[in-house]
Amino acid sequence: MSNTTGLKSYFQFHNVDWSAMMSATWETIWMTLLSMVAVVVFGIILGLILYETRSKSGWGFKVINWVVGLLVNIFRSIPYIILIILLLPVSKTLVGTIIGPKAALPSLIVSAAPFYARMVESYFREVDSGVIEAVESMGATTWGVITKVLLPESKPALIAGATVTTISLIGYTAMAGAIGAGGLGNLVYQEGFQAYNNTVTLVGTVIICLFVFVVQFVGDRFVKWTDKRTL
Amino acid sequence: MIRFKDVSKQYSTKDGGLTAVNDVNIEINDGEIFGIVGYSGAGKSTLVRMLDGLEAPSTGEIDIDGTDVAKLNGSALRKQRQKIGMIFQHFNLLWSRTVIDNVALPLEIAKVPKTKRVQRAEELIKLVGLEGREHSYPSELSGGQKQRVGIARALANEPTILISDEATSALDPDTTNEVLELLLKINKEMNLTILLITHEMHAIAKTCDKVAVMDSGRVVESGTVFEVFRHPQQQVTKNFVSEEFTTQKGDTTMTLEELVKKYPEGQLIRLVFHGPQAELPIVSDVIKRYPDLTISIISGAIHQTQEGALGSLDLQFIGDEAKINDALEYLKKMRVGTEVIHHE
Ligand SMILES: Nc1ncnc2c1ncn2[C@@H]1O[C@H](COP(=O)(O)OP(=O)(O)O)[C@@H](O)[C@H]1O
Ligand SMILES: [Mg+2]
Repeated sequence: MSNTTGLKSYFQFHNVDWSAMMSATWETIWMTLLSMVAVVVFGIILGLILYETRSKSGWGFKVINWVVGLLVNIFRSIPYIILIILLLPVSKTLVGTIIGPKAALPSLIVSAAPFYARMVESYFREVDSGVIEAVESMGATTWGVITKVLLPESKPALIAGATVTTISLIGYTAMAGAIGAGGLGNLVYQEGFQAYNNTVTLVGTVIICLFVFVVQFVGDRFVKWTDKRTL
Repeated sequence: MIRFKDVSKQYSTKDGGLTAVNDVNIEINDGEIFGIVGYSGAGKSTLVRMLDGLEAPSTGEIDIDGTDVAKLNGSALRKQRQKIGMIFQHFNLLWSRTVIDNVALPLEIAKVPKTKRVQRAEELIKLVGLEGREHSYPSELSGGQKQRVGIARALANEPTILISDEATSALDPDTTNEVLELLLKINKEMNLTILLITHEMHAIAKTCDKVAVMDSGRVVESGTVFEVFRHPQQQVTKNFVSEEFTTQKGDTTMTLEELVKKYPEGQLIRLVFHGPQAELPIVSDVIKRYPDLTISIISGAIHQTQEGALGSLDLQFIGDEAKINDALEYLKKMRVGTEVIHHE
């Protein structure tokens, strides 16, 4: 093992186990992407519920709005590192284990979906009410308004929000890694921190940064591509 | 046939109750272009939103061909809405859809099969003169073009009624005229009933058969455009009519206040006459009959309405008050509309 200290310790590349680095990278990527898909789906559903029950009269809607809003606010305010620990029993029940990338998924989704749901709600509220009324006046149902107006008209915003959320998910996966969920966070914690291998820390950092840049770039591209408001 | 019967609409706001529409009674015949004019907040939009069932009246009945719209809900209401097309001040197009997809949207909602949708949308795009722009997005179009898309979209389901809510208010005068021409053409070709809501008397004069003037939720005056222009009864109506007569004249455009400032002496009187009267030598008669009066012509305007030409002439009368009144009596006898704009 390396005994180098000081700045030089960052550049001892012969000490890096590249195949471990690769598999950790893949774990981070698929943890992020899988949880992103689930977060987008749940976030849009929750956002829709919040939006649709917001200004409706009738106490049924008010109760739903209040309950969903409360849950969203609670899970949004729990620090992620605490949420993982809180949800360990849930992970055990759902995915059968409390270690490895799979175990991190429930907590990743539960922490990011409410965050995204609030964004989705605000994007729907920004859709031009005149357009919604125009489509209602064509005889559209609520479902028609959702599929023909709300979703397509807020698509660039939904993608931009998903990009931001995905980037924070990358941060969460690293944190989850530290308590045994695998991925780059795990590798850097065990190799870089506990075994004093600073080169692994540096390489892990660079890979995470690259991943963030790629996500941001792809997200921006999609936003531009779907936004027909200014041509 | 559309009939508003004792229709009122109250809103409860944080500042208490608000009557947006107050006891309105209107009848609109099939194929008519019916204007509703009024200042902002008069209740025009609320009235037509109730016609489309977007808002329920607090009291009263709204009857379209024997169906009370206020009693409909669920799918019956949605079916009814498909028979009414609406166009709006801010167009309300979906920016995420191309022109053709915007026009086809009502057909998608009505579950018309795809090939038929495309065919119908193409026909409509042609009708409104937008061939070649099918695959543009709304953001690539001018205001007038956007409103043409709005009109095509409103016609997609072959409605029997078209509601135009301030549809020309965001357009410049030339484009406004183009859009009004298009509405006239559609009215004739499709025998569509059109409700034209506006705060510009010009649009009413150009297109409508009948007009209702709204003020603070009430219909204060209604009748044929011709009659209302000739003999406005209420102050609001007079304001609208004279706005129209004074803001029509290019570089000599003057508001009433400016006219009054410029000609402070005597009385400023506006004469309103139509075709046959214009051919009589009425003004020279007056001058001959009342030689003691000094009469100067200040401005004049001619308007084409759906029922013929309508002229206005602003005159300055200087002289003995009693004589001026006699002259006005004489003009009234000749069936010329008179209105004292300013009295020294
Ligand atoms: N949903 C609503 N809630 C409360 N007040 C409203 C609502 N819609 C319209 N109003 C009020 O009703 C009045 C008439 O509005 P509107 O019909 O939009 O007038 P117009 O179209 O003639 O400008 C206004 O005073 C407006 O503030
Ligand atoms: Mg309005």
